[in-house]
Amino acid sequence: MTRDPDHLLPTREPVRLIDATGEPTGLAGVAMPPDDALLRAYAALVAGRRLNDQAYALVRQGRLAVYPSSHGQEACQVAAAQVLDDGDWLFPTYRDTVAAVTRGVDPVGVLTLLKGDWHSGYDPYEKNVAPQTTPLATQLPHAVGVAHAATLRGEPTVVMALCGDGGTSEGDFHEALNFAAVFQAPVVFFIQNNEYAISVPLARQSAAPSLAHKGVGYGMPGVRVDGNDVAALLAVLGSAVARARAGEGPQLVEAHTYRMQAHTNADDAGRYRSDDEVAAWTDRDPITRLSAYLSNRGLLSSSDREAFAEAAERLAEVTRDGINRDVTPDPADLFAHVYASPTPQLREQQALLADELARES
Amino acid sequence: MTHEKLSMAQALNRALHDEMAADPTVLMFGEDVGPLGGVFRITDGLTATFGEQRCFDTPLAESGIVGMAVGLAMNGMRPVVEMQFDAFAYPAFEQVISHVAKMRNRTRGRVALPMVIRVPYAGGIGGVEHHCDSSEAYYAHTPGLHVVAPSHPSDAYALLRASIASPDPVVFLEPKKLYFVKDEVDTTEEQPPIGTAVVRREGTDATLIAYGPSVPVALEAAAVAAQEGRSLQVVDLRSIVPFDDETVCAAVRSTGRAVVVAEASGFASVSSEIVARVTERCFHSLAAPIRRVTGFDIPFPPPKLEHFQLPGVDRILDAVDDLQWEYP
Repeated sequence: MTRDPDHLLPTREPVRLIDATGEPTGLAGVAMPPDDALLRAYAALVAGRRLNDQAYALVRQGRLAVYPSSHGQEACQVAAAQVLDDGDWLFPTYRDTVAAVTRGVDPVGVLTLLKGDWHSGYDPYEKNVAPQTTPLATQLPHAVGVAHAATLRGEPTVVMALCGDGGTSEGDFHEALNFAAVFQAPVVFFIQNNEYAISVPLARQSAAPSLAHKGVGYGMPGVRVDGNDVAALLAVLGSAVARARAGEGPQLVEAHTYRMQAHTNADDAGRYRSDDEVAAWTDRDPITRLSAYLSNRGLLSSSDREAFAEAAERLAEVTRDGINRDVTPDPADLFAHVYASPTPQLREQQALLADELARES
Repeated sequence: MTHEKLSMAQALNRALHDEMAADPTVLMFGEDVGPLGGVFRITDGLTATFGEQRCFDTPLAESGIVGMAVGLAMNGMRPVVEMQFDAFAYPAFEQVISHVAKMRNRTRGRVALPMVIRVPYAGGIGGVEHHCDSSEAYYAHTPGLHVVAPSHPSDAYALLRASIASPDPVVFLEPKKLYFVKDEVDTTEEQPPIGTAVVRREGTDATLIAYGPSVPVALEAAAVAAQEGRSLQVVDLRSIVPFDDETVCAAVRSTGRAVVVAEASGFASVSSEIVARVTERCFHSLAAPIRRVTGFDIPFPPPKLEHFQLPGVDRILDAVDDLQWEYP
């Protein structure tokens, strides 16, 4: 373990193992992940893209209030989940539906927040996925606490804490990284820098040489990685997880990616960025790139492709069916989970509502 | 020994010690709470006794402290954090409001946060700016939090233990000016649960309702009133949330008159809530409108002016005099 700044500073260029045309970059010092890991990632990327598109369509159909899509960022989503063991934790934001689903959380549970039946629709302990947070960076100190509890018990748990470029401006980002470094908590802070916080470009968030450079100020390594290259992401995040699990402390990883769609369907991205800019990123699509790499090596047959597309379609169908199923939320639930048992005042208020409903029916 | 004379500071320290000894998942952390034992020495000796994994100093960042406690509580621990001073807790406000208070509800009861946020609070110690706020209304207004404010060392001991054992997050307000006042503490007695008020002094003419730092002032006022021939009952809320409507209303019905005493500014406050609740429930038992003696609606004054802000015996007795005694 060293606090030598040279050791902590990110490289000048993001780590990239497969270029935009699907050719290996031959980057020295970072091993290409094994073929089966890449194939697994490919399947998850295809499923993730389909889920993004399905959720977006569900908004248009009025079934979801809103959907912050990770279209274009699926490589980050998939890699963040794929490098974790079962006992590890994932802390997603509102844009990380695909990461949570890749980790195995029921997509309908994840989208419940946006469907409006409840705030968080899944059991965080089932897959060790924290509830998605909509305030920015506030989940990062929680990630440190979960990791520190594991350390105190001598468990090998690692926590993957996600945030965006905008989130790095928040005070909780600073406090979480500082705490994690001081306590050597096994946390990987993974920033998906997609260039925009709704409409505000990166230049208005930070004047740092890169967001990964922020790591050195806390005494943790910062690494930059191509966020549309799932091979590089698996390698970089995998090594950060291994390092944390070995007791060598937290790490900051910044992925360079791009939000291909607007912030949500309620946003008009045309007001703050050009079509040319978006088109340039289309050429760097994470799925096209991996597909070319795998096909060129004979690792992806047309029957594989069909099977993955079919599995993605099934995921979309399950999601669609679940979201289209109307459930009538029970108003008694409003009072049930404020405290372990309702206060006398809440019992009175619950009775009041029950009486109101009884008189209506 | 079951009965001892302890200051509130000692009683709180004893409660932390006893809970940490009883439950290895209880952790204590914050600013200067390690080897120093806290600026008020509430955590004195805990690091030496339980080791620095159980009682430790953190970086100086309140949101980080509370946020880390959320994660620890999510993952099997029972964290207790100290905010050092009332007004220094505000950087943690978002964590408290958006996460501590809401986690159980957001997750439909799947994630509980058994944690305690200890806040040395209120005035009367000659503290400089930002060291004397009465911040209870912010917390009491937020569903999902329990809010406790003891006035007596024995309650401080019992309620801190109950708060640590509670499955819900508790904001534990410790009146700084009472830290070093000693009284009998029974450390074996059955713990009074959170959410129960107590009648501190029996009386028949009017009821003084107080909590935390205002209770001793109310008791003093009742003692003076007794010499003047007026019998005042004193109710100590002990817990602000949950609110003990039953005890408070029974007390007010028994006398028919009431004055609420609180250090916090009166506008949109816990004291206004008490007046509203009691009026709604006891209207026909009241011989006069309920009066309040509170801090003025001003930022907490500098030390040399703070005595104008704090409810005092004379102001309380003036309010009592105002309870329309001409209509029996």
